Amino acid sequence: MATNALPTTGAKRRFRPGAGDHDKAGPVTYLVLGLAAVVSLFPLYWTFVAASSTGERVAQSPPPLFPSGELWNNISTAWDQAAMGTALVNSTIVAGCVALSTVLFSTLAGFAFAKLTFRGRNALLTLVVATMTVPPQLSVIPLYRIITGLDWGNHLQAVILPSLVAAFGVFFMRQFLSEALPFELIEAARVDGANSLRIIWHVVFPVARPAMAVLGMLVFVQSWNDFFWPFVVLTQQNPTVQVALSAIGGGSGHDINQAVIMTGALVGTLPLLLIFALLGKYIVGGITAGAVKS
Amino acid sequence: MATTIRAAAKDEGTAPVPSAPRPRPAWRSRLYRLDLKGSPYAFIAPFFICFAAFGLFPLLWTGWLSLHYVDLLKPDVMEWKGFDNYTRLWSNDQFWTALRNTFTIGVISTVPQLLMALGLAHLLNYRLRGRSFFRVAVLAPYATSIAAATLVFVQLFNPDYGMINWFLSMFGIHGTDWYADTWPSQIAISTIVTWRWTGYNALIYLAAMQAVPKDLYEAASLDGANRWQQFTRITIPSIRPTILFTIIVSTIGATQLFGEPMLFGGGVGVSGGSAHQFQTLSLYMYELGWPSRQLGRASAVAWTMLLILLLIGLVQYLFARRNRTKLGG
Repeated sequence: MATNALPTTGAKRRFRPGAGDHDKAGPVTYLVLGLAAVVSLFPLYWTFVAASSTGERVAQSPPPLFPSGELWNNISTAWDQAAMGTALVNSTIVAGCVALSTVLFSTLAGFAFAKLTFRGRNALLTLVVATMTVPPQLSVIPLYRIITGLDWGNHLQAVILPSLVAAFGVFFMRQFLSEALPFELIEAARVDGANSLRIIWHVVFPVARPAMAVLGMLVFVQSWNDFFWPFVVLTQQNPTVQVALSAIGGGSGHDINQAVIMTGALVGTLPLLLIFALLGKYIVGGITAGAVKS
Repeated sequence: MATTIRAAAKDEGTAPVPSAPRPRPAWRSRLYRLDLKGSPYAFIAPFFICFAAFGLFPLLWTGWLSLHYVDLLKPDVMEWKGFDNYTRLWSNDQFWTALRNTFTIGVISTVPQLLMALGLAHLLNYRLRGRSFFRVAVLAPYATSIAAATLVFVQLFNPDYGMINWFLSMFGIHGTDWYADTWPSQIAISTIVTWRWTGYNALIYLAAMQAVPKDLYEAASLDGANRWQQFTRITIPSIRPTILFTIIVSTIGATQLFGEPMLFGGGVGVSGGSAHQFQTLSLYMYELGWPSRQLGRASAVAWTMLLILLLIGLVQYLFARRNRTKLGG
C-alpha cells in the first residue's frame, strides 16, 4: 500500500523564476503570507515575552505583549527546578549520535538502493518504505522490557540505540542519489580498481554531502524534539530537554511560576531556533531542492 | 541503467583492461567479485538489523504480550489470556472515548493542516520578494518541540488570562474553557499540531510544485484558465503522489498523538483531562501500561492501533486506486 506513496517523479523540469509574468506575487499573496508568518512566529515571540516576565505579569489579563527584565532570574530558577544543564548536554549527545548514525547508514543504504543491483532490491526497498508507516510506539512495551532487562533504564544509550536508523533517511538518500550521482562516476572508479568502500568514501560521500547535511539537520531536530520514548525510559535525574520540560510543565500546574515554565520552553527551543536562524535558508533549500520529493 | 554497471563489472572480471596485459591474481578477482556481490547487502544491513531488533521484533512481541496478563513490575510472570484483553477493550467505555478522540483530533488537525499547507505552498511558489524569510518563518514552528510548543499554547489557551480568550473577547466571544470542555480542548490540541506541522508540509508541497513543468501553466493560461483553474486542474493533479504521501504520514502521526494531549492536561495529563475528554489511544495505552502496570492490556491497545492503521491504509489504497482509474493515469 505504501509504495503508492512513492513519487513517480515524472517531471524533471526546474521552476525558472521569472519565466513569465503570471507567477508574480500580488498584494493579497503578501498579505496572506505575512499573516502566516505572524501566526508562525508569534508564539515563539511570546515565549520570549513570558520568559522575561514575572509570574504575576504573565497571569494578567490582557497578557503582556512586550518583554520585561526578568529573563536571567527566570533562567536561574528554571536551571534549579529542572536539570536544564544536564538536559541540554544530554539532548545534544543524543541528537548528535542519532543524527550521525542515521546519516551514515542512510547514505550507505540509499546508495545501494539507488545505484547497485542486487537480488531482492525492489522488495527490500518496498519494505523500507512500508516500515515508515509503522509507528514506533507500537514497539515500546517490549522495548521497555529489553532496556530495563539490560539495566539501561535512565541511560542515554536507551534513547540512542532504537533510533540509530530511520526508514525516512534511507528513502531520502535514495531519492537524492538516484538523480545526483551519475553511473559513469561509479564505473570510472571501478575501472580504476576502487573497491566499494573506496567508492563510498571518494565518490558517494562527496556527491551526497548537501543531502547528508540536510538529513542530518532534520534528524537532529526530530531527535531533539522526540518526546514519547525518552519520557518512558528516562527520569528527571538524567533527562533530555523534553523530559525536563514535561516535569516543569506537567506538575500540579498552578503553584509553579508560569514565567519559569516559559523560560524552560525558551531554553529548550533556543538552540534549535538559533540553528534555524543561521542555517534555515539551507534547510529550506534542501527540502525544496527536491531531495524530499516524497 | 544499472545493468551497465554489471556489464562493466563482468568485463573487468573476465577480460582484463588491454592496457594491463598481466592477468590479475585469482584471489584478487575473487575478492573483487565478492565485494561487488556482497557490498550492497553490507550497505543495507545496518538498517535492516536495527529495524529488526528495535522495530519488528518488539512489534511481534507486543502482539504476543497482548494475549497475556503481564504486570509491569513482574514482567516474567505471564498468564495466558487469549483474546480477553481485546474483548475487555471492546466493552470498555474509556477505550471507545479514546478511539473517538483520536479520530476527531486527527481529523481536525490533519485536514486543515494539509489544506493550509497546500495553499501556502501555492503562494510561496510565486515570484516573491523576501521568499527566504517567508519560507524560514513558516518552518520555524517545526523547530519547536512538542513539549515547548504545548507549554506555550497551554498559556495562550488559558481560560482566565490567556491571549486567545482575550483576543476572542474583542469579537464578543467570552470565556471559552479550552481545558475542560470536549470540543474546545480538542480544538486547542489540534491547533498545536497544526501550528507545528503546516509549514513543514507546505515546503514538501512546494518542492513537488517546483517540479511541475512550467509550459503546462503557459498552455493553460493561453487556453484562458485563470489562476484558480490552474491550481485545481494542473497543480493538484501533478503533485498527487506527494499529497497522498503527506496524508499517510500525517494520519500515522495523528494516530500516535501523545505528547500534546499529555502535556496539555498538566497534572491530569495521563488521563487526558478530568473526563478523558482529550485522551488519545497512545495516552490510554500509556495509562494502562505504566500507571496501571497492565502491560498485556496496553499491548492490546497497541495492536488495535496497528489494525486501525492497516485499515486506514487499505481505505487510502483503494481510494487512490479508484481515483487513478478515474483519471486514466
